[in-house]
Formats: sequence, C-alpha cells, structure tokens
Amino acid sequence: MTDIASTNDIPVTDTPRDALVKKRYRAERRFKFYGIAAIVLTALFLSVVLLDVLFKGIPAFSEYRLDLKVVADQALLDPQKTGDRTTLLAGNYDKIIRDALAAQFPDVTTRADRRALNGLLSSGAADDFRRMVSNNPSLVGQELTVPVLLSDDADQFLKGYQTNEIVLKGTGTLTQTLNGDAYALRSSGDDFGKAFQEIQAFLFQRLDRLHTEIARLEKTLQGMEGDAAESLRGQVDTYKAEAETLNARISDANTAIELDDKLPSLLVNVNGGTIKATQISPAGVDGTKLITPKSAEPASPGSWSILTLVTPESNRRVQDQAATWLEQLKASGTIERGFATRFFTSGDSREPELAGIRGALIGTLWTLAVTLILCLPLGVGAAIYLEEFAPKNRLTEVIEININNLAAVPSIVFGLLGLAMFLNFFDLPRSAPLVGGLVLALLVMPTIIIASRAALRSVPPSIKEAALGVGASHQQAIFHHVLPLAMPGIMTGTIIGMAHALGETAPLLMIGMVAFIVDIPGGITDASTVLPVQIYLWSDLPEVAFQAKTAAAILVLLVFLFVMNAAAIMLRRRFERRW
Amino acid sequence: MNMLSEVDVEKKLYPAPDQPKAKMKGDNVSVFYGAKQALFGVSLDVPEKMVTALIGPSGCGKSTFLRCLNRMNDTISICRVTGNITLDNRDIYDPKIDVVQLRARIGMVFQKPNPFPKSIFENVAYGPRIHGLVKDKHHLDEIVEKSLQRAGLFTEVKDRLHESGTGLSGGQQQRLCIARAIAVSPEVILMDEPCSALDPIATAKVEELIDELRENYTIVIVTHSMQQAARVSQRTAMFHLGNIVEVGDTEMMFTSPTEKRTQDYITGRFG
Repeated sequence: MTDIASTNDIPVTDTPRDALVKKRYRAERRFKFYGIAAIVLTALFLSVVLLDVLFKGIPAFSEYRLDLKVVADQALLDPQKTGDRTTLLAGNYDKIIRDALAAQFPDVTTRADRRALNGLLSSGAADDFRRMVSNNPSLVGQELTVPVLLSDDADQFLKGYQTNEIVLKGTGTLTQTLNGDAYALRSSGDDFGKAFQEIQAFLFQRLDRLHTEIARLEKTLQGMEGDAAESLRGQVDTYKAEAETLNARISDANTAIELDDKLPSLLVNVNGGTIKATQISPAGVDGTKLITPKSAEPASPGSWSILTLVTPESNRRVQDQAATWLEQLKASGTIERGFATRFFTSGDSREPELAGIRGALIGTLWTLAVTLILCLPLGVGAAIYLEEFAPKNRLTEVIEININNLAAVPSIVFGLLGLAMFLNFFDLPRSAPLVGGLVLALLVMPTIIIASRAALRSVPPSIKEAALGVGASHQQAIFHHVLPLAMPGIMTGTIIGMAHALGETAPLLMIGMVAFIVDIPGGITDASTVLPVQIYLWSDLPEVAFQAKTAAAILVLLVFLFVMNAAAIMLRRRFERRW
Repeated sequence: MNMLSEVDVEKKLYPAPDQPKAKMKGDNVSVFYGAKQALFGVSLDVPEKMVTALIGPSGCGKSTFLRCLNRMNDTISICRVTGNITLDNRDIYDPKIDVVQLRARIGMVFQKPNPFPKSIFENVAYGPRIHGLVKDKHHLDEIVEKSLQRAGLFTEVKDRLHESGTGLSGGQQQRLCIARAIAVSPEVILMDEPCSALDPIATAKVEELIDELRENYTIVIVTHSMQQAARVSQRTAMFHLGNIVEVGDTEMMFTSPTEKRTQDYITGRFG
C-alpha cells in the first residue's frame, strides 16, 4: 500500500491546472443556476395560470338567491285540486314569484318597470319552488319562503363585477324639496362637495383622454391625403367639439354638472327611498326618485348616504333602477349568497346562472369508460404479445416503430379518422360517448402499449426464470408472475394515458361532441359533450358570467387530472420494487 | 483447507461406486448464440444421485451447458443447440418431449436467490399446484412442509409461512428456492452458482443441504469456488473456452489432475 499523499501528484498551487479546476466548478455552478432558474420560471408561470383560473373560477361556485315569501296559490298551481304531480309540475309558479317580488316595490306600476324588475330574476327562478311543491303537494295553499335564483347580471352586480361602489355617509342634515317629479336635496354639511369633486376629477380624466386621442389622430393625419384623411379629420373635429363642451362643463368649480349615463351614478339613499342625481353642484343635487322615500322629513346626519356606482350606467348591464332594487333587497337581508350546487347538478344552459357541468361530467365518464374498456385489455394484450411472445423479426420491428409513431400523431388526425370510419362508414351515432371513446382509445392505445412494455421489461428476468425453472409454461410464467409485478407500471401508464384522454378536445370536435346539449346523457349512445369541450364552448360565449363558469369548469377538470395523477403516483409508490 | 480434508475423509468412508449409472448424458453438445459459438462439442455424463460440479473460468460455457440440461436456453431466441442430451436415455431435445414436463423433472436453482414476491408458502406451493400434484389443501400443506424441511428451512420459517419470501435473508431465500425446486419432486436439480451471492455462513448451510439432497437427487452444480466444488461434489468437470478440459472424480481432480490447465486453474494460477 503506497502512501496516499505520494500518489497525489497534483500540486496545490496557482498553476494552470488550478485554473482548470476552478473552471470546472464554475461550469457546475452555472449549470445548477440554469436548472434552478428554469424551475423557478416554470413554477412562476404555472402559479400565475393557476391563480388566475382560481380567482376567476371561484365566484362561479357561489350564487345569489333571493329568499322570497310566497303563498303557494291553489288557483294558480292546481285549480282542480288533483294533488297530481304532473299537474303540479305544470303550475304557474313564475307568476306567484313575480307578484311576490313586485309586492315588495309598491313604486313599480308600469309594465316597463315590472319587466325590468322581473329581469332581476333568472328565467329558471321558479325551478326550486316548483320542485319543492311538486315533491310535497301538501305545501299547496301554504305560505312559504322559497329560494329564488337571480339573473346572471344581478348575480354579477352583487358579486361586484359590474361596478365599484363607494358609499359616503351623510355628515350633515339632508333636506328634500319636491318640485313636481324632481327632488332637490341639500345637505347642511359638505357631503355633496366631495361627490362633486369626484365627478369633476372623472371629467378631467375624460378630457385628458380626449386630448391624448386628438393628439394621436392629428399625428396620424400629417401627410395623409384623400377620403381617409377627410373622415379622420371629421373624427378629430367631433372630439374637439366634445372636448370643448367638457371644458365648459368643468370650467367653473361652482357650476352644476349635468350627470348623464356616461358619468358615474350618484344615488342618495334617504328615508328608505333612493334619489338618483341628475345634476350636482357643491351645494347639493337635483334628481329623480328611483324608490320613493317614505317621508319628506329632513334626515339626520348618518341616517342617509350617497352611493356612487363608479362605472357609468351606459357601460353596465345592470341599470341604476335595477341596482337600486338589488341594494334595497340586500339591505333588507333577503338576499343570500350560497354554494351553487346547481353547477354540479344541472346540464348546460344558455343562461349562465342555470348552466352546470353535470352533462359534461357524465359525458366524460361515459367516454372514458368506453376508452378504458377498449384500451386496457387490447393495449396490455398487445404489449404482452410483442414483449414476450412475438418473434423478433423485421415485421415486429416495423410494428414496434409504428406504435411509437402512432403515439406522436396529432390528435385531430384521430378525430378525422373517427369521423370517416365510425360516423360515415359504420354509421354510429353522432356526438355520442361511444364514438368519443373509440377515438380516444385510438389515441391512448399507443401510450398504454409503450408503458406496459416498459413495465413488463422492468420485471427482473430472474422471476420469469424461476417460474420456468419449476416447470411453469411460458404463459403461466407471464400471467402468474411477470404480469402481476408489471401491473403497477401498467396502471400508471394507463392512468396517465386516461388523463391525457380526459383533456383531449380536438378529436372530439370532429365527431360532433361540440354540440349544445342540455340533457344529461344516460348511456354511451346519447348525445353528450365532455369537460374540455364544455370549457371550449363556454369560453366562446359573450355573457360575462360564462367566463367565471369557464374558469370553474377548468378547475373541475384540473381537480380530476390531479386526482388521476395522484392515483398514478400512489400506485407507483405503493408497489414499486417489491422483489 | 481444513474443511476440504474433512470432506476427503468422508469420501473415503463412502466411496463412490466405480461405474455410476448416468442419469443424464450430454453427447457432442454445441451451443451457438447467434453467430458466436459458446460450446464446442461437449460430452459429459451426469451420474445418478451424485453431485457433479462444473468448474472453470468465467465465460467458459459451464452455465451454458447447465442451462442446456433443462432447456432453459430455449427462452433465448438467438440460442441454438446441437448435439444430443438425454435424460434416462431419452433425448430431451426431441420435439415430442414437453419442455414443461421436462423442467418439472429437472429443477433449477439460480445464481441470485429469486423467490417470487409472494408468501413463503406460495413460493413452495406454486410448482405442485401448476403441475396438479396436489389432491387437496391438506396435501398441499404437507408437501410445502416436507419441502421446507428437506431444504432445512422449516424450523426457521414455520411461524411466518404467509409472510413475503423476499423478506428472508439471502441464505434463507436461496434455501427457499431449493425448497421450491424440490417441491415438484424433480429427479435432477441444476444449481447455477447457488452460493455466489451468499455469505460464508449461509454458504455452509446451503452446502450442507446439497450434501443431504444427494441421497435423493442427482445434482449438477456450477461453481466458481474450488473449495466448494471439492467439498460438495463427487464428480468434477473442468470447462475452458467452451470445451471440457477434464472430467473425473473430484478427489482425483483436486489431488492429481492429468491436465496442466486444470492444475493451474485449481491452484489459482489463472481464472
């Protein structure tokens, strides 16, 4: 044994060799840094996406309902007193609910107002009421409190997506003077001064924007000729005139400002009523009533308030009148926010507040069931044959390469194949989970075969030899010993393949699973859609509330994927290296 | 070297018969892996109820020859065997011979202990079960117990028959594999370096077991350990580069080999 120090002929000095060592370490550190940077970047993007979906999606899991006191009127629901379920299901529940709502607002008399008031309710508002009564006919004739679903716009308003609200408590005593239909409100404090400044600031902002826009257009105009320049010049002139008017409106700090629907709305809540300001000056506002105040007495400080809806009325789907009704209902405590079970129990709908993912979810389950039933036995069987029994020749080599190629074929191609084969040639039903499952099976099969072959190959050959050694036949050795040991790997591959199928959209579009389907599919030949396609469909709809639904559906899909992947990981952890 | 002399003493007490009956016969056996030839016309007789040791340096073809004896080479697709191997004068490469039945008669124990990842009981019971050797549950219990007893493992594992076979120590695992092999009542047991993955104590136990099994079974063992060959075998065949260099009684081989290569190998000059 030689001395260790003597074998070390690398001197510890500042030689070129030392520089080489330093370089080596630098390269290693650099590589580590790249790795960490890549991971951090990925994590960042992922968390941004997840958080965005989460913030957008979570509101869709709750809904606003109105607890309405109604009388289940015999004459409207079951005039013949049959007590029969079919009769009860056909009753006019909508009228009862609408009347009960109108009764809360005595001001609402005209047809237009009533229509606006009914607009607060969902078109399926009476569904819960109908279900309650038809399931329990003894409720007919009784006074009940029923949950009434609000429309998507009302829901969005209450969730705060339509406008920001600013509430200013009155600090002075408010006096009202009625002049015909017009109310003049004056406060002893400087309440309206503040509101006036806000409106002014808003106008200044708009003026600024106008000026910027004019400057931009004029720059574009330079050197431009012809008709286009002419029309652009006209645009500039319009803007200039607008800026002129705006300037006039805000030139004097004390002149009253007319409030139109392009400005934030000022609503004064006083004595149980609401006055909408049409003109504001630092001294006070003139306005019209949205809800008549109960008395004309002066209101003491703190008992009245100014509500500012920052988004101008013309940019909102909920008008001031409707907003006032909702605010009043909210103040009376009859509006409650609850978990939207509907999202999980109903099918698709054109009304965002009624739309649910049940149909898509069940469709997904049917489709995946078809895929799994086809894929697992065929895929595993093919893998066993190719890995253990097939002769190793040119033909099997070609098959092997093509299975790998198949795994890389774009999914839309499988969709086209499905369209040509299953729909056009075999005449299978359109939009059905059966065809969806068949197409996805084509897509997942290569994944399962490849994963299964890898799993079979990873079983130590000694196990197979042991079985052969005690006189098991080749097939016995594989089915009794190799396959059970490969099963965790096969299951992992299958689950990952199925998760892949779960998120697949393109091929299903080709076979018509993109249709608008309200009914929940009852079997593999019923028309249905699947989760990712539902997401695609919803993301395309103009209603704002559908954006939240889209995000919520994405969350459900992600939860599914996470659960499936977690199952795959668990299987692997649980059964790995058992020999 | 002390142990060797003990075995020698034993052999003098129980001398092998001069003309032992050959249980298996290899005649002019050649093996090809694709284009590469691994065995060159090897001929070897395996005497009944004796231990035959195959020795030789790595890659000399002794494992290949062993695997020919129960047609284990069939599982390697590129492997081709020519020549004649008989069991009780019946050609085992005859197409009419069922290879599964053959392997039931010629058991095998591998280099690395390879119990099935199942319970100890299941490990032993698997062979009898697939060959239909059991009448009922009671009979199966009996076979398992007897096999484990013969393998000298029963007392160690009788309280945990239903625990995993992979949880045993290496030596116990190897004895479990031997029990698994003898559970189907084979006539010949092939052992491919059965002790190479074991420590000396476990090795001693397995060797002891091999010596006991000799009473009932014909055993062929491949080993890298000269001492082991000397301790457990009665006949020894020396392989080199795919040929048999020398065959003879173990005692003769280790005391007065006729070939120089044998002498060099057993004295550790090469290999």
